[in-house]
Order: sequence, then structure tokens, then C-alpha cells
Amino acid sequence: MYRYDEFDHALVQDRVTQFRRQVERRMKGEISEEQFRPLRLMNGLYLQLHAYMLRVAIPYGTLDSRQMRKLAYIARRYDKGYGHFTTRQNIQYNWPKLEETPDILAELAEVEMHAIQTSGNCIRNVTSDQYAGAAQGEIEDPRIWCEIARQWSTLHPEFSFLPRKFKIAITGCERDRAAVKVHDIGMIMKHDEAGEVGFEVLVGGGLGRTPFVGKTIRDFLPKEHFLSYMEAILRVYNQLGRRDNKYKARIKVTLHETGQEEFTRLVEEEWETIKDSTLKLPKEEVDRIAAHFEPPEWKALPDDAPTCDARAASDPEFAAWLRHNVEPHKAAGYAIVNISVKPPGEPPGDVTDVQMEAMADMADAYSFSELRVTHVQNVTLPHVEKERLPALFDDLAKHGLATANVGLVSDIICCPGLDYCALANARSIPVAQELTKRYTLERQQEIGEMQIKISGCINACGHHHVGNIGILGVDRKGEEHYQVQLGGSAKEDASLGKIIGRGFTQEEVVEVVDTLLDTYLELREGDEVFIDTFRRVGIKPFKERVYGAA
Amino acid sequence: MAQIVIASHLGSGRVMFLARGSSEGSVSWGGLIETSEVAADEERAAALLALAEADANARHEVVDPYLIDVEEEEDGRLRPTKWREAIRCLGPTIRKDLGKQAEGAEA
Repeated sequence: MYRYDEFDHALVQDRVTQFRRQVERRMKGEISEEQFRPLRLMNGLYLQLHAYMLRVAIPYGTLDSRQMRKLAYIARRYDKGYGHFTTRQNIQYNWPKLEETPDILAELAEVEMHAIQTSGNCIRNVTSDQYAGAAQGEIEDPRIWCEIARQWSTLHPEFSFLPRKFKIAITGCERDRAAVKVHDIGMIMKHDEAGEVGFEVLVGGGLGRTPFVGKTIRDFLPKEHFLSYMEAILRVYNQLGRRDNKYKARIKVTLHETGQEEFTRLVEEEWETIKDSTLKLPKEEVDRIAAHFEPPEWKALPDDAPTCDARAASDPEFAAWLRHNVEPHKAAGYAIVNISVKPPGEPPGDVTDVQMEAMADMADAYSFSELRVTHVQNVTLPHVEKERLPALFDDLAKHGLATANVGLVSDIICCPGLDYCALANARSIPVAQELTKRYTLERQQEIGEMQIKISGCINACGHHHVGNIGILGVDRKGEEHYQVQLGGSAKEDASLGKIIGRGFTQEEVVEVVDTLLDTYLELREGDEVFIDTFRRVGIKPFKERVYGAA
Repeated sequence: MAQIVIASHLGSGRVMFLARGSSEGSVSWGGLIETSEVAADEERAAALLALAEADANARHEVVDPYLIDVEEEEDGRLRPTKWREAIRCLGPTIRKDLGKQAEGAEA
């Protein structure tokens, strides 16, 4: 893992001191709320429906047990005993007090964490594949590049006041687990024809009011130009991006209005002027960062796991967990374990302080002290010996963390919605709770791979546009209503869902999902997953079943 | 439609209500909707909001005051007419142990 150098430490400590003083001045009335608001937002502090909300950055979703314990401590000492993992691989606390926020930031700084650039029109926390450094088929660990991007973008003077917020995702695998195609910039590592490693560069993806799948503006970018090319993109955006209308200010609209060809030309033109400048990455510097992401000292193990196999043969619950929550690892004898934090009836992504501490203990015991937060709001232990999976499963079960549902219908992405969020139009968590309670494991296995994503407003923090089934909460004359979309995907085959028709009440929408799943099961051929069936048959049969044939 | 003024406490972020009896030079804020000063018409509502904004700027106890519509029940209870405000006045619907509902506020 990356460890702070003296610059990082100084920067974060300075920010804590600065914010403490700003809070003191605000509490004394020396600065107005209007003056203070941008200052608190620059430190991730929002004012929501019931209280302040603090969003803490978890860089590219990677943290160690020490950091997870600190997050648990903050939840218990300064909040209400829980935190919420978000679709940007961050954590949010829903009840911090303004006066105590500088203390929280000081606590975070002790473990090399902060809340800088988790809000505002700047480059936000760079996100990545939760299996980074462990995934089979990975070209390189993408966190090296995320860290380079983090250092470059942190307090970057030219990009601190962009037209709008800016989100970057990077993956080192062909298989996309980081939703890179729906980010402002998506970087996908690849080989060129000569076998050199570089990036495919996508721009202009995003969800929200105007969703787009990103467009490839450069098929192959050599690694040494990683920063100079991003700088060129940001410069073009900073100049052309609209500042007159916040709903048209994201780079996706800039690219759409400028045209992909012209936008690309402008980026390439800008890049020509800076590509060989100080932004060109020296190999030694990349190697220096890469050294922080050297794999842990995996043992030389056989790949077979007789203890694990025997338990799976005799224990159906363990077998189901193994099937759904455990993924192959690049090292023989190891596995990647996904901890579902979505037990039936619970708010997706919410984790108690006790559970956080338990996960930290399990990271120490089983996974070289490493954890990851995923963009689907789960937690990953990246390096677990296969033979120790039964023991880990038992430990997880003691803390309500052994739900076998990763990738299934109850593994729902869900924003906080109107239960917490000042921007929301409708509640999203109760819909998720109803759906997660509704399906037995057997039924979920019958349905197979499925991503339901729920947002409480058009800002789409719950990624509803890219759900196989997407649900959007809307306000219809003061009542909560829900639109349903079908056919979205956040993976390498990214696509945006299509609205099936008029919206539904909260009670109705749960029944509608049931009808959609029944329809899929009737229509599917062979081993087709939902998205494949949908792409083969189109929206019409689903629509007819929900609304009745016209 | 009757209206009350709602805001957030500066230090804690908790929802606050412009309290009954507030007037220029003597503004107070309460933690429960029942304590609210109710405006029966638009003119009174505008006056209450102006009072609340002036107090927020002068004393810095609360931030972001605004008006919400409420209905007065037969038993005298005040109920926000919109879902959003009803949730603000009680707490998250998914966690009855949190927010004002945990402090005695009733639906």
C-alpha cells in the first residue's frame, strides 16, 4: 500500500489546522454561512436532512486494517455507530457535529486519510478495480496509476475550480469492475500491437441528468504520457466546459456539444504542447510509486484446497458463499473474498463500528491486513488462502457478514435517498430492503447474475442508468414514485437502461421487479443472464407483461 | 396553508424550529415541531422567515432557515404536508432509533 511521504503528511496536517480555524471562526460568527459553505464542502462536509454528513476519501477503495479500525472508532466516537460505503468507494458518516469535524479530520490524518476533494468542482477520489493486485488476467496493478493521478490531482491549482466535479476510474483488466465507462475519464490498461502496456482513454461517460457511456478518444496511450494526456483533457474541459448552467457543465456535455472528433482534436493539439514537458513520467518515479504496490509475500501454495472442498461438500451454506462471494486469485492457493454488506432487509452499504473492527481483524488474520471498498458497496479481502476460507466464513458469519449474494438480485446498489439526502426526491433504501427480503437464495440463484441499482433522484448516485434493472425515485405531486429502466450495464459492455413506461408507487415497484424477473426466466434461453436476454428480445415483452399488451 | 420555519442547528446540524413567541429581538429555536410558531397566512409567513433569517445572520445559532407547509391536526399537532419535511421532522424512516423520532417526536 502507498504510505504518505512528508509532503502528504504536511498537506493533510495543514488542512486539519486550517479547517479547525475556519470552524472556530464560523462558530463565533466571524464568517457567514455563505462564506463558510465552500470551505466545509472542500473538506467533504455537507449539510443534509437531519445533520451534517462527512464524506471521507478511501483512495481507489484501498485501505488497511489500521485505517478500517480508525473508521470504526470515528463511527463510534463521533457518529451513531455506523458508516455508509458509497459507489465512489468512499465512506460517509451521517451524524457528525460541525465542532467535532476538525477532530475527526485529525483522527483520519493519523492513519493517512482525509476528506479533501470529496466534494466541490475538482478532481474527486480516483476509483479502481477492487481486485487490483489480485485479479487474474490483470495487466498491471491499476492502483499505481491511481496513486499517480491522486498526487497529480491533489490541490492541483489549475483544476481546483473546474466547471463541475470530475471523476476518474482506472482498471488494469479487460473485465471492468470499476464502471470506468461511466466516468468523466476512464482508463483501461491494454497492450498495443508491439506488446507495450498503455491505456485506452475514454472521456465523457457519466450518469445523472444526462447519462452517457464514455467515448474512446485515444485507443492507446503510452504509460509515460498518462499525466500529460489527462492534463490536456482537463485543460480543454476547463476552457470549453459550460459555467453558465450546472446541468450542462460536466465534460460529457462538453464532449457531446463539441463533437467527439473536434474534442479529440483539441485534446491532441493541447497534448502536443505538453507531452514532453515535466508531465512526462520518468520511469524511476513510476517505479518508486509501484514499489508501494508490490504484492504481499504470498506463500508458494498448491492450488487445490482439500479442506475447503470438503467443507463445501458437506455444508451448503458455505458452498453457496464460496460460489457467489469468492473469486479466483492470480496466485496459486489464494482467493479473493467479497464480504457482502447487504444482508436481507438492511440498508445496502451500511456497516456498524463493530463490523468494521471485525473486518479489520479478519484482514489481519487472513488477508495481509488489506481491504478494499467496492463501487457496488461491498468490502473485499483481496488475498486469502483457499485452505483458510472455511475459517474465514465462520468468522464472517459471527458478525452477520457471510451473506452469500454477491452479483445476485439482492446485491443492490442503493444511494441514501430521501432518508438522509437533501437532494433526493424519494426514498431508495426501503425499496432495496423490500427487494432483499423478498428472494430466497434458491430463487436468487435461479435468477442468476443481476444488478439492481436504485437512486433517489436524477443525480444517480445509485447508478440506476446502468442497472440491469434500474429504479429512479421521483417526486410526483409530493408523492414518491419510481421509474423503472431496463438493460443497463456498468461493465465492459456498458449500456444505459431504457425507461419502460409510467412510474409506480413504492409498493407497486417491488411487484414490478418481480414481474420483470418472471418474464426474464420465461424468456431466457440456455444459460443467458438477464442482460443477454434483454438484449436479444428487447424491451417490448417486458413492457407488455408489466403494463399489459396494448 | 399554515407554515412554520425550519432550519439546521449550526453546531450539530440538527433540525430546529422557529419557536412559538419569537419576535424581533427575542428569537428562540426549539427541537420539536410542536414548539413552532405557526403562520396562518402568507404575510405572517414572510415575516417569520425574515425574522428567522435575520436571527441566523446575527446570532449564528442556525443556518438555512426556510418555510414549510404544515397541517394542524384536530389535537393540535402539526404535520408537514410534504414527505421530505416529514422525514426531516422525524428522522430516517429506516432507522427509528435515530433522529427526532428517537427523542420523542411523533408521526
